[in-house]
Amino acid sequence: MPKELLNKKDIDRALTRMAHEIIEKNKGIERVCLVGIQRGGVHLAKRLASNIRGIEKREMPVGSLDIAFYRDDLSIRKEQALVRKTDVPFEVTDLKIILVDDVLFTGRSIRAAMDALMDLGRPATIQLAVLIDRGHRELPIKADFVGKNIPTSMSENVEVQLEEDGLEDRVILEKIV
Amino acid sequence: MHILIEKGHIIDPSQGIDGIGNILIEDGKIKEVYIQSKEQKAKSKSSPPQPSPSMEEGLPPADRIINAKGMFVIPGLIDMHVHLREPGFEYKETIKTGTAAAIRGGFTTVCCMPNTFPVNDNASVTEFIIRKSLEGLCTVLPIGAITKGQKGEELVEMGTMKDEGCIAFSDDGLPVMNSLMMRRALEYSKAFNLPIISHCEDLTLSEDGVMSEGLLSMTLGLRGIPAEAEQIMVFRDILLAELTQGKLHIAHVSTKGSVKLIRDAKKRGVNVTAETCPHYFSLTEDAVKNYDTNAKVNPPLRTNKDIEAIKEGLKDGTIDVIATDHAPHHRDEKLKEFDLAPSGISGLETALGLSMRLVDEGVITINQLIEKMSVNPSRILGLCSPPSFFITGPKGTFAKGADADVAIIDTKKEFRVEASKFFSKGKNTPFDGWMLKGAPAITISKGRIYEWK
Amino acid sequence: MLQKDLLGIKEISVEDITLILETAAGFKDVLGRDIKKVPTLRGKTAVNLFFEPSTRTRTSFELAAIRLSTDVINFSVPTSSVVKGESLIDTALTVQALGADFIILRHPSAGVPHLLARKLRASVINAGDGANEHPTQALLDAFTIQEKKGGIEGLDIAIVGDIMHSRVAKSNIYSLTKLGAKIRLIGPPTLIPEEMKEIGVGVFHTMEKGLKDVDVVMMLRIQMERQGKGFFPSTEEYSKNWGLTPERLSLAKDDAIVMHPGPMNRGIEIASEIADGPQSVILEQVTNGLAVRMAVMYLLAGVKR
Repeated sequence: MPKELLNKKDIDRALTRMAHEIIEKNKGIERVCLVGIQRGGVHLAKRLASNIRGIEKREMPVGSLDIAFYRDDLSIRKEQALVRKTDVPFEVTDLKIILVDDVLFTGRSIRAAMDALMDLGRPATIQLAVLIDRGHRELPIKADFVGKNIPTSMSENVEVQLEEDGLEDRVILEKIV
Repeated sequence: MHILIEKGHIIDPSQGIDGIGNILIEDGKIKEVYIQSKEQKAKSKSSPPQPSPSMEEGLPPADRIINAKGMFVIPGLIDMHVHLREPGFEYKETIKTGTAAAIRGGFTTVCCMPNTFPVNDNASVTEFIIRKSLEGLCTVLPIGAITKGQKGEELVEMGTMKDEGCIAFSDDGLPVMNSLMMRRALEYSKAFNLPIISHCEDLTLSEDGVMSEGLLSMTLGLRGIPAEAEQIMVFRDILLAELTQGKLHIAHVSTKGSVKLIRDAKKRGVNVTAETCPHYFSLTEDAVKNYDTNAKVNPPLRTNKDIEAIKEGLKDGTIDVIATDHAPHHRDEKLKEFDLAPSGISGLETALGLSMRLVDEGVITINQLIEKMSVNPSRILGLCSPPSFFITGPKGTFAKGADADVAIIDTKKEFRVEASKFFSKGKNTPFDGWMLKGAPAITISKGRIYEWK
Repeated sequence: MLQKDLLGIKEISVEDITLILETAAGFKDVLGRDIKKVPTLRGKTAVNLFFEPSTRTRTSFELAAIRLSTDVINFSVPTSSVVKGESLIDTALTVQALGADFIILRHPSAGVPHLLARKLRASVINAGDGANEHPTQALLDAFTIQEKKGGIEGLDIAIVGDIMHSRVAKSNIYSLTKLGAKIRLIGPPTLIPEEMKEIGVGVFHTMEKGLKDVDVVMMLRIQMERQGKGFFPSTEEYSKNWGLTPERLSLAKDDAIVMHPGPMNRGIEIASEIADGPQSVILEQVTNGLAVRMAVMYLLAGVKR
């Protein structure tokens, strides 16, 4: 029976706060872009962009990045890594890219995302925004903007469900059988 | 050496014998067959049959008594189509290993085809084979080539080769493409009263083909051999047999069309006999679906329609003989591109089991089975009463004085085909893993008794 | 995908085909970037084992492997030990012992990829086996049609030429029928096997009848060697009756596309102006071939042994 950790209100509040933090840290959104990591980070990136637009009254570029070809776990994954769309409709060189993902866990997805991003150009800086940080890093990766820190055990799974996917906005914790 | 086989169900179609009884063997010949009569059977259900008067009087006790209760006792099987590969291809098989496979399969006589190296197209090769066959575990009778080198151009010295021991002539492996040459062969062979065994294949139609032609060959991307490649030559050979009144025997019949042609020819009174092989009534072309070279054979495996026609032909007597076309090949040779792998199935050790399925299905009776695998081959090859200078006595019969070639068969016991355990060097069979019934429990050949577990 | 090998379209499902085409779309994106390479199969080794000469297919596979960061070795028969009499199996085992993860195999005998796939741990990709199949060609053809037409189901597709000896034709027939297209075969009776009628494709012996209102015209290369064996009397006769001319192409739909697996015999099976014309997608087939082959290797690498 999954346990609800965050409900819709919690998620909205977190994303609002993160939007403010992004603007504050970057002293505005000049030359800043959001890139959501497929699949979990894409809708979140769009929501952050929308929040930021509300605050700064400016559009900021949003893209999505598929990391399937950069993964390091091709032969040990249970299922085949499906390939999704990479849509970064702007030059990444010299820009400040903020990668967005739903859950930060081992850090390997972020490592793959950085490699994918580097093959598209040479960003000025890369920052990381995640809704949930569940710990258990296997690489030296740290998020710059975190919605909520949730300590978990290895026998648990954290899932972010969003309206855009036809579910209710919530974050749940499940025991892995 | 006296051997008594008792309490077995003896079937000898050549003498119309079919009943429980005893057989007495003396010095490698059949001495006596005694069948329990119906009245005695009714009287003494559990006690053993009374010995016949001659069996009682002053006979030395048997050196060996074999209890054949619950089993069939039949004349040793005669395979009139095997490839023993010696001389020249000993890496595939030798006379020794081939005959070991034969007796394991219940065969006590095999007739070996001449496509050896050198080809058995002259008396000295025949003599070599006869000499080698002395160390064989069963009787080996050579079939000589029809033409020198099997090239289809010049006839061999049939008379000389017959004297050396050939019991028939065939260019098997190849057809005699030239019709005039085939005509001459059929005419000339009449002088020696020996059959011409024909491998019917029109090479121009079967060119490059490796399996039966049809939807499957197209989807597999393999060249196909149309059924007509066989039928055209069957028809031609029948007409030539009619023309010449020679003795024609058609080897490995595989198609519906061929069965019909032979049936019609027999109705007309043509002197033609025919054989088929167990794979042609047990498998269809589907066996090569995965490019399994163990199912690559020539003529190729065909369709269900052909299987039905062959079974019909066995049932109504159109097809006289079941022979194996035992064609052993080395493992490396079959582990190749399908196009390049040689054709052939190592069949001696599965023939009886596969043929027993026909009895189970009700296609033929066990009597008919023994006719097809022992009596008819013997008759066609003239082995029922061979001339006195011949190396063997009568075969395919339990008549008094016949060679004591016996197979004792347990038709109830099921066994799994294990190619790796074949006595033959050739492990190439598509039947590996099949469950069959009817393995020989005992084979008696050349005065030796072989017991199989 | 379930199997470690790609032996033929016959052996894979519609789901597999769809997965390959979707994945290929992702790779086509990569091929449009400045850095046309991804690290996904880094450290793997691909061996091109070609027993038949081929430049375009071999180069396509080679490039696909390189783009996936795979190491590539080319093993062409005349330059290898097979000429010295080494058996097929021994050559394959040697290649495996060198550490091959992929063996891309082209051979004149049907069934060889199947034989090797049974014997080897590596993934065997059939790059053409005799007259049996050429699955990656069919996949790239399907990808091209899908890209141009938005889908394959319900399309009328004509395949013209030597169907009997063409593994490209066979693989395409299997894949396009699996995907729901209606196939028409056009060519001389000696080059279209009768059995084709049994698998539900239309058979035509004239271009005029066969090309009417089709959405796709797929031309096959006519092989000169066939002439010698009585399949058709001369290339002039063949070209006159079954060559694709602008007049004949106009019988197809206005937006019909023209395809050819290459290399073309300009002026024999296809008019030059059509090959270079607006309806031709021949060059795109080549680009798509790269993406499809990358997708195949990527997906096979992920199959559990």
